Amino acid sequence: MEKKSSESLEKYPVIEVSPHLKATSTTFTIMWAVSISLIPAALWGVISFGWYSLVVLLASIISAVAAEGLVNWGTKRLTIHDGSAFLTGLLIGFNMPPEIPIYIPVIGSFFAILVVKAAFGGLGSNWMNPALAGRVFVFFSFNQMGGSCWKKPRFLPEMVDSISSATPLSVVKSQGAECGINSFEFLKQMGYSHSAFDAKLTDFFNSSFGLTLPNGYFDAFVGNIPGCIGEVSALLLILGGIFLLAKKIITWHIPVAYIVSFLLFSWIFGGLQTGSGYFSGDAFFHLFTGGVILAAFYMATDMATSPVYPKGLIIYGVLLGFFTFFIRVFGSFPEGASLAILFMNMFVPMINKLTKSKPFGYVKTKKEAK
Amino acid sequence: MIKVKSFGRGGVHPSGYKKLANSKSIKRLVYSGNYIVPMSQHLGAPAQCLVSVGDEIKEYQLIGEAAGFISANVHSPVTGKVVGLRQISLPNGAVSNAVEIEPDKDFIDNMSSQQNDNSDFNLDEMPSEILIEKIKAAGIVGMGGATFPANVKLSVPKGKNCTDLIINGVECEPFLCADHRLMLEKGDQIFKGIEILKKILNPDNISIGIENNKKDAIANFININAEKGVGCNIQPLKVKYPQGDEKQLIKAIMGKELPSGALPIDLGAVVLNVSTVHAIYDLFYNGKALVERVVTVTGDAIANPSNFLVRVGVPYSFLIEQAGGFVDEVKKIVSGGPMMGFAVLDTSVPITKGSGGILCLSKSIVRDKHTTNCLSCGRCLNACPMGLSPAMLYKLIDSGKYGPAMKMGLMDCKECGCCSYVCPAAIPLVQGFKLGKRMGRK
Ligand code: SF4
Ligand code: SF4
Repeated sequence: MEKKSSESLEKYPVIEVSPHLKATSTTFTIMWAVSISLIPAALWGVISFGWYSLVVLLASIISAVAAEGLVNWGTKRLTIHDGSAFLTGLLIGFNMPPEIPIYIPVIGSFFAILVVKAAFGGLGSNWMNPALAGRVFVFFSFNQMGGSCWKKPRFLPEMVDSISSATPLSVVKSQGAECGINSFEFLKQMGYSHSAFDAKLTDFFNSSFGLTLPNGYFDAFVGNIPGCIGEVSALLLILGGIFLLAKKIITWHIPVAYIVSFLLFSWIFGGLQTGSGYFSGDAFFHLFTGGVILAAFYMATDMATSPVYPKGLIIYGVLLGFFTFFIRVFGSFPEGASLAILFMNMFVPMINKLTKSKPFGYVKTKKEAK
Repeated sequence: MIKVKSFGRGGVHPSGYKKLANSKSIKRLVYSGNYIVPMSQHLGAPAQCLVSVGDEIKEYQLIGEAAGFISANVHSPVTGKVVGLRQISLPNGAVSNAVEIEPDKDFIDNMSSQQNDNSDFNLDEMPSEILIEKIKAAGIVGMGGATFPANVKLSVPKGKNCTDLIINGVECEPFLCADHRLMLEKGDQIFKGIEILKKILNPDNISIGIENNKKDAIANFININAEKGVGCNIQPLKVKYPQGDEKQLIKAIMGKELPSGALPIDLGAVVLNVSTVHAIYDLFYNGKALVERVVTVTGDAIANPSNFLVRVGVPYSFLIEQAGGFVDEVKKIVSGGPMMGFAVLDTSVPITKGSGGILCLSKSIVRDKHTTNCLSCGRCLNACPMGLSPAMLYKLIDSGKYGPAMKMGLMDCKECGCCSYVCPAAIPLVQGFKLGKRMGRK
């Protein structure tokens, strides 16, 4: 009995410490599931903006994976296959305007992986979201991110040139101040077009619910607007997010807190910018025309750079909603989500500390001592 | 409708796999080979061996004497002859002295027909000190897995008072259903056992906690309780691991958190497992010292998952054989439940007082997980029922900082496995904590 026969050793080779059951999600399944849930939005981007945007996506991914390979080669640890570099690259591509010169996302990817991720110790140890850091880095380094890189989506009718080369958000931001009207109404006056699909749905809603919606919301919701390759389709991103929620890969806290808080702030204070006072902001315009949906489901939920306790997640989401709105409306950049997240990343350790509850059996003793 | 309770923070919901064996009635197994009886079947000091090779011994004869306050007597499971004394390694890795007994042939032949119902036991005539004394003499320990001597739990220290007697019928570990079957088939006996405990402890409330995946057992207990008028509170609990842990069960039933380092009795609680209560019944009504228990033999790699009533000292291999052997390639054999049990290499290890189950798992259940960097995902923190920070603790232990880890509450970790269960990076957290505790104590 005391001697273990070699036969039995071979027969039951696994001698591990408990637990012997493990939950199904692993680093690999998580990373790949997130990547897969982004595919519909990626496809939509390519259909809508043309083949060149596929080249942008691929360039971002390939350079991120190559950078990870470089790191693996240096550290002699294989992590390339865990899917996290692929995902970072994909997200950088998602955040690029469709006509961006190829070298920009490539630089962004290398920056994200080499500087933001690897330098802090690799997956899970970085305190800043690598994809966003990469995006913001190239945004500040090359001013091309705005200007001529935008493209009119395939399904939007032709319109005045100066407008088709800008996102609705930047048009409203740069020219819509103090106009006192709804954002889409304003865009229409500027000569912005909308699709027949949008016209039909808007008419349908207006007539059946007695509303007076201007055209444009439905185009914005499905993604028929100019914008970054992966950001435009709120619909497909929300579906992807629901898939992740159903798979229990993300929890509802951040997306819900973020979106609700963003909508509330935009509604209450958003009207100030156009001179129409409090409680008149066009919240859904802001929600569907920028990167908030992508940010809420995919960027802010990045595990390494978000808080860990449910309470902390909600605080984080609410603050993100506030800062995104604040930067977007009062800052000098049209897009607030990326900066808001990077800014809030700094406070994650603090939020964790504040929301940590006492270990089991300590709450009582403390009270008793009082 | 009765309110379904649970323990609040943390916890996980692994698949139950209870269906494999929970409809199989308990079957008595008679084993005619040599019995290997370890002296260490309980928490605390191993018993002192009282026999030597060549001794003729009787069933229930004391063969190992408790060595200290936290220790327990060991009795012979069979009538026969001592043929060897040696050291064996137990599934939990401990090395123990063991007595090898060759059973008497006549005894084995009559074993299955044994019936001794000591109906002249009169509870009213027994003072509670004598009851506790007898429980101690019979070597009864907690049979839910922790194997803490029962008499120690029942001896309420001076100045303390037992207000709540909690009977643990939770059986939160996946796969296991020995307690479930016991509650279905031996409900009457368990209630007789509870009456004995009531006499000893004189508690204000008696609660029986049962998880909601055992609805039939709950119904059975509600019936018996009404019939006998014992006045127990049958408390259905939400299915959540590790509800069967003493601390979580007290929290679920009494709503109180046991302070770190305190004993249940400090809150007025005494918690005993249903199978321990059944053993106490068996002692007083049938005169049996603790030498047998119900063991669930199950898993997806076993032909015929079963619940066996079996004596201590029978090797695992015999139970596996009686359950039809393997149908699939076995990847892992586990002694106990899948969350806290021990993987065993050698199936000649014997059943002990604490063996609740033998699991034979194929590779479709024991998935290989590839360890990656910690993702800082926080899943472990939210799963930990003790409110610890497993990821942080592990990082400290990994870099040899045992002192700071102890300060962060390493000793409050009960190795329940929730953190390792959820960790997507497959970091061997529990393994680290076991190591850290050992190193930290030094
Ligand atoms: S094993 Fe320890 S650290 Fe992990 S969940 Fe259980 S109590 Fe918490
Ligand atoms: S569950 Fe695993 S990967 Fe996630 S924080 Fe805990 S140790 Fe890290």
